[in-house]
Amino acid sequence: MLSRTADNLYWIARYMERADTVARLLEVGSRISLLPSAHGYRSEWDSLLQATGMAAAFAQKYGDPVQRNIESFLFFDRDNPSSVASCITAARENGRIVRTALTSQVWDALNTAFQELKALEREERSRVDLGRLTDWVTRHAAMVRGAIDATLLRDDGFNFLNIGYYLERGDSTARLMDVKYYVLLPRLEFVGSGLDNYQWSTLLRAMGAQRAFHWAYGGEVTAAKIADFLILNPQSPRSLATCSAGLVNHLGRVAKAYGRETEAQAKARALLAEVEGTTVDAIFDEGLHEYLTRYIRDAADLALAINEAYLSGEMR
Amino acid sequence: MRLTVDHMTRYLYDRPVRSVVQSHRLTPSAFAGQKVVDWEVTVSGGLRGATHRDGAGDQVQGWTIAGPVTSVEVRVRGTVETTDLAGVLRGHRETVAPEVYLRDTTPTRADVALETLARSVEAPDVLALAHALSAAVSDAIAYRPGVTHAHTTAAEALALAEGVCQDHAHALIAVARVRNIPARYVSGYLFADADGNAHEAAHAWAELFVPTLGWVGFDPANRSCPDERYIRLGSGFDAQDAAPIRGIARGGAKEEMDVTVAVLAAQQ
Amino acid sequence: MAQFNEMYQGTEVRAPYGRLQDWVAAMPQELRSLKQAEAEALFRRIGITFAVYGEGGDPDRLIPFDMFPRVFAAAEWARLEKGIKQRARALNAFLVDVYGRGEIIRAGRIPGRLVYQNEAYEKAVVGFVPPKGVYSHIVGIDIVRTGPDQFYVLEDNCRTPSGVSYMLESREIMMRMFPVLFRENRIEPVDGYSEKLRRTLASVAPKKCKGEPTVVILTPGHFNSAYYEHSLLADLMGVELVEGQDLFVDGEYCYMRTTEGPRRVDVIYRRIDDAYLDPLCFRPDSMLGIPGLMDVYRSGGVTICSAPGAGVADDKAIYTYVPDMVRFYLGEEPILQNVPTWQCGKTEDLAYVLEKLPELVVKEVHGSGGYGMLVGPKSSREEVERFRAKIVEDPGNYIAQPTLALSTVPTFVEEGVAPRHVDLRPYCLVGDRIELVPGGLTRVALKEGSLVVNSSQGGGVKDTWVLAE
Repeated sequence: MLSRTADNLYWIARYMERADTVARLLEVGSRISLLPSAHGYRSEWDSLLQATGMAAAFAQKYGDPVQRNIESFLFFDRDNPSSVASCITAARENGRIVRTALTSQVWDALNTAFQELKALEREERSRVDLGRLTDWVTRHAAMVRGAIDATLLRDDGFNFLNIGYYLERGDSTARLMDVKYYVLLPRLEFVGSGLDNYQWSTLLRAMGAQRAFHWAYGGEVTAAKIADFLILNPQSPRSLATCSAGLVNHLGRVAKAYGRETEAQAKARALLAEVEGTTVDAIFDEGLHEYLTRYIRDAADLALAINEAYLSGEMR
Repeated sequence: MRLTVDHMTRYLYDRPVRSVVQSHRLTPSAFAGQKVVDWEVTVSGGLRGATHRDGAGDQVQGWTIAGPVTSVEVRVRGTVETTDLAGVLRGHRETVAPEVYLRDTTPTRADVALETLARSVEAPDVLALAHALSAAVSDAIAYRPGVTHAHTTAAEALALAEGVCQDHAHALIAVARVRNIPARYVSGYLFADADGNAHEAAHAWAELFVPTLGWVGFDPANRSCPDERYIRLGSGFDAQDAAPIRGIARGGAKEEMDVTVAVLAAQQ
Repeated sequence: MAQFNEMYQGTEVRAPYGRLQDWVAAMPQELRSLKQAEAEALFRRIGITFAVYGEGGDPDRLIPFDMFPRVFAAAEWARLEKGIKQRARALNAFLVDVYGRGEIIRAGRIPGRLVYQNEAYEKAVVGFVPPKGVYSHIVGIDIVRTGPDQFYVLEDNCRTPSGVSYMLESREIMMRMFPVLFRENRIEPVDGYSEKLRRTLASVAPKKCKGEPTVVILTPGHFNSAYYEHSLLADLMGVELVEGQDLFVDGEYCYMRTTEGPRRVDVIYRRIDDAYLDPLCFRPDSMLGIPGLMDVYRSGGVTICSAPGAGVADDKAIYTYVPDMVRFYLGEEPILQNVPTWQCGKTEDLAYVLEKLPELVVKEVHGSGGYGMLVGPKSSREEVERFRAKIVEDPGNYIAQPTLALSTVPTFVEEGVAPRHVDLRPYCLVGDRIELVPGGLTRVALKEGSLVVNSSQGGGVKDTWVLAE
């Protein structure tokens, strides 16, 4: 397949998953802001922006982190390349370019999301509440994903879509966890407090994983259980273990189809081995933030190798 | 006359480029005035590509250089036996109709001053008119390196009244076309003899179409017609179209070019 | 001016339209609105929102689709087909000639100036004969009708005529919405077009290509107004849709960048202009092109369709001479007539044009899309005078033609059904053989009385039927 086509497919997946993450982030933020806290209402939003690396861009355009502005920035703002609107537009544009590599169901799902987004943008803002926005995004992300799974030929294009999904999803799981541990709860005295547990629950809820978590673990929500669930548990659909295994699987299928291994396969296997070879204790010994940062960096390095081997078209 | 050429062009990139593609007109034209004794073009790290003789009779050779590279060296070495045909391009095989060379291009477009210059001379026939136009251009533009650049147009050079061989050729082409004489740009080499009255070893001049003779070369920069001191490589509408080397690098690096040319009379 | 209505002769219904009479009579207003909305939704859904004929404009704009079909009887089409193929052969013979010995110019049948000094004449391909001697592989010929047997060629398109996706999609949508119509009328299918196009392109693979040739479509990119058409054709033919950045030259060949490494490309159906093909040969600032492509092309490593330089045959100044080409190269009388044309560049023609200006249609020689055009009878005195000044300033840039009484076809309008003017663009394929699918693009001027069918100026499209014998 054309390298550029593979690149477009890969980015459809990354952008849809990114839109989903941003929506979930908004939900985390709004839930946490409902809770009385030591910082007061505003700084929680600020923390969230800090954690996602968007604080400077936000401050420059809007100044104070008021909820309404944050909603604008994270959802509608086209100047913010990570906003939901930017991501969905980019995903649909990538889809339009490779229209013929998609089924009509996948294209419909992408195009419908885009058309509805345009309708949402025209609506009176006061009539659009946050809950509706986040629901809307997760629904459309799921529809695109579902159409891909249900209708697409299992060829290399399907693999590149999945590679995009798993890379982005692993990255966003790591970042969402990092929001909690790195920013929301900077002070040690909160650890194990009711607030702490509430924040963890919120995070789970934002990932749509609250029920799954309770089925899997039961009892009290603790940092250790959460780390196990979101990092190590291969049953959890968003865990780093699941994402890494997905990358190994789909890169492996590409290598098999092309009859050639590249650096990308080796890097994906190393990423998975790293997750499979560790324990919750080891992660907390290293420091959760440090561990997540390392995962994010290694995954980015893998993305570079994938680009070099398949997407750039430079491979001879 | 037996002339030897050693022509080196070095392209330097400020960071590695992914690949380079070039198209060369670096083979001496096949006509009665010159005979290749030996000739070789090499390109550092280059893969020889497709070659063809185009409608104007030029041998065109493609090259590709796989990166990453930070420099590319094009070296031309060879010996040519030349004969003075008083500028006439005799025995040159080409199929492009002369009328095609009545079209102007940006560097050869005549402005009011060039039109005036073109109409300032009269002559009984096309050949005499061609000579008169060439002389008029020599008079109007003094040879002076450094005042003009690669993209200077004929009109700009005339306004400056100074320029190099490229500007002379462009100006002559412009005035010839005003007088409805097909005219084209020629690139090649010039042997600078002991008297020092030839200016540039990598040289350019113009050819005008004279119905009774065919294409005839005129070198207003040297107030002469090409003789046995000249080696002809190729032609085009203007300097860019006739360039001996055209190339493009992939990877957005800044390019610098360094050229050395030596044309010598071989020891007999 | 008497206008030929393709359906009605007075109150009589002409034979090809026989069954449509009942169809339209049986369709109540509500059903019609419903169907119209359905058609629009289908068009929007497939994303066919682009301008035909390189008119530019909003890429998300829909071109109005009119459900009332335009119908040709088998015998009418047979004659058109012969005329179109004849013309396509003559145009290609002309191209091979003017890039070769130029016999037609030596013979004094066409002034050399019009050819050799033409912007579209490419010096870079002089002396080169493309595979099978074909320069223009897809010839789009714009035809208007003024009577039962009167067809005139309005212009030829030898480069990359667009709009064929409308022919294909209009048919798809009509078949989906009105299957009964297709059972009742025996309508020749058009969906063989993509296979014929693929075969045509494969048939002109370069000599150096061994085995099954790899064909690609080269698009300027997804921002181009005809991108939908490019991707539709690629999809229907099962070939890659590439941009310049996907191709590169290495050694003697051209390759595309794939996830499995470089793959050799043999035939490029390009939908970009000559000037952008290769920055080493044409515009050095082109970002769309492939450096070194022309060297590979000239040495027989790849075929470019249409061949660079093909545009010289469809220039409006050359158009006048096409009937002469038919006689000169084929030794036949032209089956299709040209619209009488006056060259404003000729002194005697100019005088006539200036005198009769209010009655004439005047076009720019290099213009397209219905811009820079004067329709004398439809223009105010000021507009005519303003245009007169433009012609006087640069006469060589204009040609003039009589205002033709274009035929009309019934069309759904606000008030019901009313006659509207139409033209026709069939797509003739030229490779190792010459083929024409029975159909084409019918454009309709939706404004009452309007003769301008361009989509940028209120034109729409119709499905074009050719009935089987």
